[in-house]
Amino acid sequence: MNWLWSNLDRVGELVVVHLALSVPAIILSFVLSVPLGWIAHRHRWSRGILLSIVGLLYAIPSLALFIALPAATGLSLRSPVNLVIALTLYGIAVLVRTATDAFDAVERDIRQSATAIGYSAAGRFWGVELPLAGPVLLSGLRVVIVSTVSLATVGAVIGVQSLGSLFTDGFQRGIQVEIITGIVATILLALLLDWIAVLLGRLLMPWTRTSRLRRAAPVEVAVGAEGS
Amino acid sequence: MIEFRGVTKQFPDGTVAVSDVDIVIPPHETTVLVGSSGSGKTTLLRMINRMVDPTGGQVLIDGTDVATVDPVKLRRGIGYVMQNSGLLPHRKVIDNVATVPLLRGESKRAAHARALELLDTVGLDRSLADKYPSQLSGGQQQRVGVARGLAVDPNILLMDEPFGAVDPIVRAELQQELLRLQGELGKTVVFVTHDIDEAFLLGDQVVIMQQGGRISQAASPAEILANPADSFVADFVGADRGKRALHVREVDGRRIVVDADGRPAGVLTS
Repeated sequence: MNWLWSNLDRVGELVVVHLALSVPAIILSFVLSVPLGWIAHRHRWSRGILLSIVGLLYAIPSLALFIALPAATGLSLRSPVNLVIALTLYGIAVLVRTATDAFDAVERDIRQSATAIGYSAAGRFWGVELPLAGPVLLSGLRVVIVSTVSLATVGAVIGVQSLGSLFTDGFQRGIQVEIITGIVATILLALLLDWIAVLLGRLLMPWTRTSRLRRAAPVEVAVGAEGS
Repeated sequence: MIEFRGVTKQFPDGTVAVSDVDIVIPPHETTVLVGSSGSGKTTLLRMINRMVDPTGGQVLIDGTDVATVDPVKLRRGIGYVMQNSGLLPHRKVIDNVATVPLLRGESKRAAHARALELLDTVGLDRSLADKYPSQLSGGQQQRVGVARGLAVDPNILLMDEPFGAVDPIVRAELQQELLRLQGELGKTVVFVTHDIDEAFLLGDQVVIMQQGGRISQAASPAEILANPADSFVADFVGADRGKRALHVREVDGRRIVVDADGRPAGVLTS
């Protein structure tokens, strides 16, 4: 325990570094996956190709990807940018499929009705399809948040600082508390980001909260105005 | 006035949904397109607001070919009510009703004020304005759908089986409500249904369609019952059987009207 108290600053520093690696990767994979998922949803021909490619992405071993990426990007092996790119690719691997399913799940009746009352194609995407795909997108995002925060630790093996550095350092120096601190801090960070995502989801999608009310209230509401 | 001139719709797979249709839909009246599924009635309706473009012929609104009008702009000027209400589940009732005025660039304040008035018009309590559609009953959702259709005060109101998914009691109520509204507003209503009773109740003009998207007869309900154009129409409206095959029977000196099964349907008073 003494180790933790005397290294609290170091742990705090690594938490910030870890956030700086995983948050951009999470945001990037979301921002890139939504349009890709939309294309796969919209165009039958692209669906098979896109979903196979992103499926394959996930099959690439992480260490191999971390080592191969610098060759492709020209950046140094230890550059955090490589790690962010690798984490983004894994995020995309999960999210494109979810995004495709999310757009598929928007009811045809609702899409048609939006067109019928005069939404333009772009207006319909931003105003109807994206928000209605929101709950499924959020569930995918939560998986990506947890997996990215956890996967970012692997970077420590190739020398990119993160909470994972507490594992490698702890192993080398035989400090058990350091390893446990790394694990707990990683889990807490994942839970924190997940909680923020859920909170954001509630703020941005207030209608999803009413579905729980639906079961409790319909009879009362129905009687309220049907007779009028 | 809406006019179909030699309109045909053939889908890429070869199915002919609508076949050489000529018909005039007079203004400020209700025209009901009725037929079984596959008769092309919904396709015909959707050609009016360019949800479907014909492969042959023209659709004209007040003399203008709709093919020359931008579809998005066209749709924003035509009310549309569909089955299962088609409301946006993520928007409150008031926002749903105000959708089209907002799309047309009206201020939120004006659109919301009008939306509240429309809730009154369709017989809904204003307290429902802040609810989400899923918190409403089927009948209430359908009323909101009608309010949304009326939001920009359109000349034309298209209704695609709007009461098909509600129970019979609510359905009868909504039908009466539509008759009342139409009496007040006098829109050009084009209404699609597969229910001949609903067609006869609501329609000033009833257009009977058969498989392959051909019109069998277009006339007033009385005219259709009196002179069915062919055996298909006679059969479809059930003119010579069931509850429409009425005949008179004397009971205790009064003339009672009974149907084909002998069930009393009413009394002749003249």
